[in-house]
Amino acid sequence: MPTLAPPAPEDRSAADRAATAEVPPRPPSGAVLAEQFDDLDQQREADTLGMWVFLATEVLLFSTLILGFVVYRFLYPEAWHVGTEHTKFWIGSANTAVLLTSSLVMALAVHAAKEARWKAVTWLLVGTAALGALFLGLKGLEYYLDLHEGFWPGAGFDVGGPLRQQVELFVVFYYCMTGLHALHMTIGIGVVLTMAILAHRGTMRGHMHVEMTGLYWHLVDIVWLFLYPLLYLAGG
Amino acid sequence: MAIPAPPSRTRRPDLPDTVLPDSAARTRVHYLNDGRTLKSWLLTTDHKRIGLLYLVSITVFFAIGGVFATMMRMELLTPLGDLFTSDVYNRLFTMHGIVMVWFFLIPSIPTTLGNFLLPLMLGARDLAFPRLNLASWYVFMFGALFTLAAVVLGGVDTGWTFYTPYSSTFSTSRVFLVTLGIFIVGFSSIMTGLNFIVTVHTMRAPGLTWLRLPLFVWTTYATSLIMVLATPILALTLLMLVVERLFGVGIFDPALGGDPILFQHFFWFYSHPAVYIMVLPGMGVVSELVACFSRKRIFGYTWVVAATLGIAVFGFLVWGHHMFVSGQSIYAGMVFSLLSFLVAIPSAIKVFNWTATLHKGHIYLKTPMIYALGFIGLFTIGGLTGLFLASLAVDVHLHDTYFVVAHFHYIMVGGTMMAYLGGLHFWWPKITGRMYPEKMGVFSALTVFLGFNLTFFPQFILGYLGMPRRYHQYPAEFEVYHVLSTAGASILAVGYLLPFLYLLWSLRYGKPAPDNPWRATGLEWKTPSPPPKHNFDTPPVVVEEVYDYELDEHTDAV
Repeated sequence: MPTLAPPAPEDRSAADRAATAEVPPRPPSGAVLAEQFDDLDQQREADTLGMWVFLATEVLLFSTLILGFVVYRFLYPEAWHVGTEHTKFWIGSANTAVLLTSSLVMALAVHAAKEARWKAVTWLLVGTAALGALFLGLKGLEYYLDLHEGFWPGAGFDVGGPLRQQVELFVVFYYCMTGLHALHMTIGIGVVLTMAILAHRGTMRGHMHVEMTGLYWHLVDIVWLFLYPLLYLAGG
Repeated sequence: MAIPAPPSRTRRPDLPDTVLPDSAARTRVHYLNDGRTLKSWLLTTDHKRIGLLYLVSITVFFAIGGVFATMMRMELLTPLGDLFTSDVYNRLFTMHGIVMVWFFLIPSIPTTLGNFLLPLMLGARDLAFPRLNLASWYVFMFGALFTLAAVVLGGVDTGWTFYTPYSSTFSTSRVFLVTLGIFIVGFSSIMTGLNFIVTVHTMRAPGLTWLRLPLFVWTTYATSLIMVLATPILALTLLMLVVERLFGVGIFDPALGGDPILFQHFFWFYSHPAVYIMVLPGMGVVSELVACFSRKRIFGYTWVVAATLGIAVFGFLVWGHHMFVSGQSIYAGMVFSLLSFLVAIPSAIKVFNWTATLHKGHIYLKTPMIYALGFIGLFTIGGLTGLFLASLAVDVHLHDTYFVVAHFHYIMVGGTMMAYLGGLHFWWPKITGRMYPEKMGVFSALTVFLGFNLTFFPQFILGYLGMPRRYHQYPAEFEVYHVLSTAGASILAVGYLLPFLYLLWSLRYGKPAPDNPWRATGLEWKTPSPPPKHNFDTPPVVVEEVYDYELDEHTDAV
């Protein structure tokens, strides 16, 4: 997927741009130049770098939870085993497939946006959002089953017998991690649908918005690729 | 045979350019008078105006934090706890720490001087994301609202470090509101950092290569990296704390299987780099001031750049030195001790290079320079006492004593605050178009220096003698040091009040400032004071090296 490639070195200064100023500017792709920038190249560089820096903060956000989870997995392997047994392997696996597919669809949407095929962009974005919603639906189903089995921390928690207290810690992390991820998914779906509406109305200016949305979507996908083995596969 | 005439003794030219702007320049349109409505300020995307919004906000928070400090110093004047109860005193030092760290020191230089200067120094029209910049101020104020509400509703008593399980399980104070406020303010910090990083990468003027960047830009850049990489961890840590507190689960509570040391690791993984968020921008300011008022290029510019980045990187690897006595593994302690010694190297490189810049320079003791020299001395003391604390065995004796309090106040107040005031004076003519009164400036800078040392130097001795921090009663033998400290604090308060008053005064009555009163290098001085809305009338092109100063011609040597 081209959008997953690391960003090109972003340290091209205005000096370099000035040196290549003789090259005639590319035909405008409909993108609007904000007043603080000199040209569209500079604007695109800034937008892309800004997005990557933002994604770096997101990685660190999730890494805190993941680190805490791994520390306790190291301290309480038996309890983590019990916890992993309790998570719904098939729902988690199905959700992984759903999310990976959604990333494929998103990548196709970005590709179509670069070629300004806005009708295709619209439908591919709707498809991405639909797969995201399916993910959330399955996740909700899993939460529902969890709650019915008493898999919720609190006074009445009673899973794991003598390991009760430690399993409860697993459950706390389980809800924090999947909950924070679901929040990111929800925001992602909202942004993707907004992009779909813009593409449908024909008010999309250039492909940068779709591309940035794609980067975010892929990151949320990748985060799940770390949560899935930790919560569903690694039995401790 | 005529005796050769003695060489004529001509005075060195004084710094302020005597050419005052003509009346046309005074009535020209600039960023301050281009739109005078409240709306034009509250909805501005101009980085210069946003810098001023931040300036006003953090000044208010500095005053609030200062009130807490004053109350503490009054209580400590006598050995008996006669003014406040222990509980109130706990809240006082906690709120002092929280307000000063998150609402003054961390935003101080980056959001005011950084916001104002970064695009000017880069020769850009604005930051890369002007609307994000404005949003960061609103997020800051929104978070501040929660913290202020918590202050009004009784404050919080956990210490600014929120150690668990006291903060999560036992404290009955406003932990939730305060942590929520800090959580929100963290996002403002991330927004600012992200904006600065992207701006430095993409908005430099033609010819402004990386090694022609002023050191203020470099330190702001390094600071932004820390803000972006460390703040998310604090956000999630506070979130886990709140989850634990609200749902009664035990993520960090040993009674419920949690690990309180893990909280300390998380907290310091943010909060130690946060120390460098506070002091690095100060180092950048001081580099500008020392170069300008010595009329010399910074000695070893490239090394100072490398040291800046070195501090940013090493700063992430030393958090464990806050936990030598908290039960972390002794081997971890040894590694953290070694790494903490290593972080002293880039800091020392900076101090040596500033000193070498002064050597054989033509030194002008203007107000900003006095602050800068104060910074160098106080930062050196703060840094060297840090080495005491980085030594495992010595730390066992000094941990949680006034020695620690004195150490970090030498860095944060003696360092950051001096640099902030120095920078504010240095760029005041550019920001406001007015000169501050120089004699008052010198007087208050010396007052701050004197008051600061009198306040905090006795605390080193107190700590060494065994006075623990966070107590409001103490044995009578410590009284003399506490009296000295409180006396110093009163002098310090005068030193802070004076600039507040005369800088306000200068807005109306100060002499109109020339474009470049200090004959300084740097793009920000090549545009009128105050700058036009879009910073430069003609986009600048950089052809000279950074700090292109020349020693002044003078012939008073025989």
